Amino acid sequence: MLKRTALFDIHRAAGAKMVDFAGWEMPLHYGSQIEEHLAVRSGAGMFDVSHMRAIDLHGAGALPALRMILANDAGRLVPGKALYSCMLRPDGGVLDDLIVYRLAEEKTAFRMIVNAGTAERDFAWMQQVRNEHGFDTELRMRTDLALIAVQGPSARARLGRAVPTVGPIVEGLGAFCAAAHGDWFIARTGYTGEDGCEVALPADQAAEFWRALAGADVAPCGLGARDTLRLEAGMNLYGAEMDETVTPLESGLAWTVDWRTPRAFIGRSALERQRANPRLRQLLGLKLLDRGVLRAHQAVATAQGPGEITSGTFGPTVGCSIALARLPAGVAPGDEVSVALRAGPARALVCAPAFVRNGRVLG
Amino acid sequence: MRNPQELRYTESHEWVQNQPDGAVLVGITDFAQDALGDLVFIDLPAVGKTFQAGEVIAVVESVKAASDIYAPVSGTVIAVNDAVKDAPEKVNRDAYSAWLFRMQPQDLSEVGRLLNAAAYQAKIDSEK
Repeated sequence: MLKRTALFDIHRAAGAKMVDFAGWEMPLHYGSQIEEHLAVRSGAGMFDVSHMRAIDLHGAGALPALRMILANDAGRLVPGKALYSCMLRPDGGVLDDLIVYRLAEEKTAFRMIVNAGTAERDFAWMQQVRNEHGFDTELRMRTDLALIAVQGPSARARLGRAVPTVGPIVEGLGAFCAAAHGDWFIARTGYTGEDGCEVALPADQAAEFWRALAGADVAPCGLGARDTLRLEAGMNLYGAEMDETVTPLESGLAWTVDWRTPRAFIGRSALERQRANPRLRQLLGLKLLDRGVLRAHQAVATAQGPGEITSGTFGPTVGCSIALARLPAGVAPGDEVSVALRAGPARALVCAPAFVRNGRVLG
Repeated sequence: MRNPQELRYTESHEWVQNQPDGAVLVGITDFAQDALGDLVFIDLPAVGKTFQAGEVIAVVESVKAASDIYAPVSGTVIAVNDAVKDAPEKVNRDAYSAWLFRMQPQDLSEVGRLLNAAAYQAKIDSEK
């Protein structure tokens, strides 16, 4: 029996094609995922991401616990700021990627938003670390919250139209900042490469919020569009670009690891050893030059040896097929490589792992 | 999901329409386009080429997956729908007006042996 969010009935009534995602019955699209993708880049779209999970930490030990558990340094956070980080195993393998916020009202309070498929494992791991090290922190899985992302160049304006009381907050919110409004938590973050917000609110208010957004011309968008948008934006997907068998360093996430202090975060020593390896693989972008669609796990042939596509799709905004791929050291943007498509070998151009930013096609 | 009564169908989700001159129009069904999702490429056969029934004759590629289209009957391709090649989303919008190619069948009785709408519906129901 698949799990359902508070918006399940609304999705079905809207004619959504529902699919199993990480054990949740979620909308893949409401008619055309390409139209939904384009709606986000040109105006505003909304995503029910309530299958993801908020984990709250409170107490004097919350910050020390996070500084041990996360590869990026939560100590850099001022109240109301967000940080993107990986959570690692001792061997450096990635357990999850997530965003952590320092809650403004309570200085020893933090919120992590973690992936649906890894939430239970993440929570158990955090409890284990907390208990083993005696950190004085409460850990709370917020299954009472719904999560709705509103994304696009007009997202914040339409969110303000839909819910006028949050208008001023949303208007004044800096990038990667967050603020509370009663029981609501609004962050200027997202997974599309566009402006917009992610809102955490009590699940029993989600339906009314969704309807208000629809009334303000925000288009319902499903997981299909979510994937093409994030791939065009060069954003990793846990389970595709990385999992427990690879480290951030081979997944294009070295920038999320903070080495600047002697902080002993879990996985640090493994990463330090790996960092010295000149043959470390790298995550780069690919643009298909021939007709077709790049897909995950397709083999890539380069002058420096074989690589593999981690995620591939057709990018509606770029207008061609794009992919992220783990490639050998020495491959560089501008190189032409060969990908084994279903129909035969096809030519692809190596590029930086980002294809669209704020609606603009890069490169 | 629609299966127009006047059409014939294959097990592999192509539809076939008899034309007055004995040729047939071929496309993919509403069920097929729904399963595939948004189409992004369609590779159509060369006009003049001959195929056996069941041979791969075209390929459609959606955001989700690539899918082979099979010749519903043996025959020769006499026309392809260029409009659909440039705008594959037409197939998603109306699978029965967005024909892919036109064939001259070698043997018209092959068309008669295809599934009718009811039999095709039964096949889809059994796949659920």
